[in-house]
Amino acid sequence: MADAPDMMQVNNVSKAFGEDWEREMVIENLSLKIRRNQLTAIVGPSGCGKSTVVNLLAGFEKPDSGQILLDGRPVTGPSKDTLVVFQETALMPWLTTYQNVTFGPKLRGDIPRDQLKEAADSIIETVGLKEFRDKYPLQLSGGMQRRAELARALINQPLVMIMDEPFRGLDAMTRQLMQEFYMRLCEQEARTNVFVTSELEEAIILADSLVVLSNRPATVREVVQIDLPRPRNLEMLSSSQAYEYKRHAMEMLHEEALKSFKGVGSSSDFLESYSRRP
Amino acid sequence: MGKASKRQETLGARAKALVSDLTFRRGVLSILIFLTLWEIGFRFNEWFGVMVPFVGKVDAPSIVATRWSDVVLLPGYWESWYLSMGRVFLGFLIAQIIGIPFGLAMAVNKYFRGMFFPPFEILRPIPPLAWVPASIIFWPTTELSIMFVTFLGAFYTIVINVLGGARAVDIQYLRAAQSMGATQWDLFRKIILPGTLPSIFIGAAVGMGITWEVVLAAEMISGGGQQSGGGLGFFIWSSYMGGVMDQVIVGMISIGLAGYISSSLIRYIGYRSMPWRRMF
Repeated sequence: MADAPDMMQVNNVSKAFGEDWEREMVIENLSLKIRRNQLTAIVGPSGCGKSTVVNLLAGFEKPDSGQILLDGRPVTGPSKDTLVVFQETALMPWLTTYQNVTFGPKLRGDIPRDQLKEAADSIIETVGLKEFRDKYPLQLSGGMQRRAELARALINQPLVMIMDEPFRGLDAMTRQLMQEFYMRLCEQEARTNVFVTSELEEAIILADSLVVLSNRPATVREVVQIDLPRPRNLEMLSSSQAYEYKRHAMEMLHEEALKSFKGVGSSSDFLESYSRRP
Repeated sequence: MGKASKRQETLGARAKALVSDLTFRRGVLSILIFLTLWEIGFRFNEWFGVMVPFVGKVDAPSIVATRWSDVVLLPGYWESWYLSMGRVFLGFLIAQIIGIPFGLAMAVNKYFRGMFFPPFEILRPIPPLAWVPASIIFWPTTELSIMFVTFLGAFYTIVINVLGGARAVDIQYLRAAQSMGATQWDLFRKIILPGTLPSIFIGAAVGMGITWEVVLAAEMISGGGQQSGGGLGFFIWSSYMGGVMDQVIVGMISIGLAGYISSSLIRYIGYRSMPWRRMF
């Protein structure tokens, strides 16, 4: 493949769910470019269809209209080239860390047995789980589980790694550590990442470009280039530049979020719904 | 110093650990208290001339123990164990062999489910014992009809648990496997099957309990005096007919022990085959 700048292209994609007589548009004319070796963060108001975007990019769902290209070829179904790291954890509880990490390569048989052990052990070491190689997921802490999950995704060498709110449900401290860890990981090796999150600060500090989605039916409201210097650290969040990004994005998100409460009426309804968001 | 001595050492250590284990001690203590209260309840009449309701009429543990020590020497007693155990395990085994694939097939294939779930659900509420008359007609020997009723007792529970368990396997595991390149067969073998295993063992444990309930009743109803018979259910029934109350209680406790042994066995197999469920 030539040196095409975009790893993925989403062209005018729409997706609706439900039976014919009550179809609900979830995504309408969404166009998006995922740049090679960059981290694209996607944020949007809660319930706007972020997970559907993930499912479309990963090939779990097919668009009703429009086209999704991966490296110039249309996405036809799930494959290791658009690997998803899920919300919460999707480590198989019946496999140890090592078995989880080697799950994909063993299925496909694309890494020779003797090399696989080496590759897996080195990736497990990278994510700092060497001593937990033979433990089951439930024996790991929340942060370790996410790192094991990262290792499992990394060994498959996906073209695009899609992270669907991967740090959700972690306590604040662990979340920060994971963000820093992930930041280093992205900066060390060139990799194309899509990072879907509902945490704006997390998106800003990690991303090269920030995609703000509109309210449902989701479409791209604006793409913000994040020009914070690399290597980054979490302290940069308090810089005036980061603050400006945040303020701008927050404004858009707030506007979009309000749209979904149009007609609901009083502001107390809004607050109530807002506080119940996941 | 060979392997054997090492094994002995660990066995000794295990026994020691068990005796010093508080849960184990509490268990033994509770049984002892229970037996003591039972004994006192029975003796109350001869000591104080007051008949304690219920317990006063049941032969005391000491009497039952004496009777038991006689009964243990009778080959008929052990034959009853053997017969009931055989029926339970065969019925249970067949229920597993048919029930697990049946439940899995209903879980993964909507056409299969559409075909077989409705009749299954209509048959399920029929208590196994209601099948006794019909199964005596169906099957050529009493032995087979008892086994069939035993099979039914376990079958429904196994199928319902497998079906529920397989359908509750988290879709994220399936999607994760899919995006790593799993085929349909891989998904079934590597995700659905291990994901259903805990439910299979829950079904087995509950099914085993029902099997013991059913086999006893079936033996009582159909076992006596016919071409075949025996079993612990028949042992109780004939003791009752002969008016030997302490032997009835021997039979009852034997069933309790037999049930405990069988469910311990299932728990042990479950513990062995699901290492990820035993932690810390």
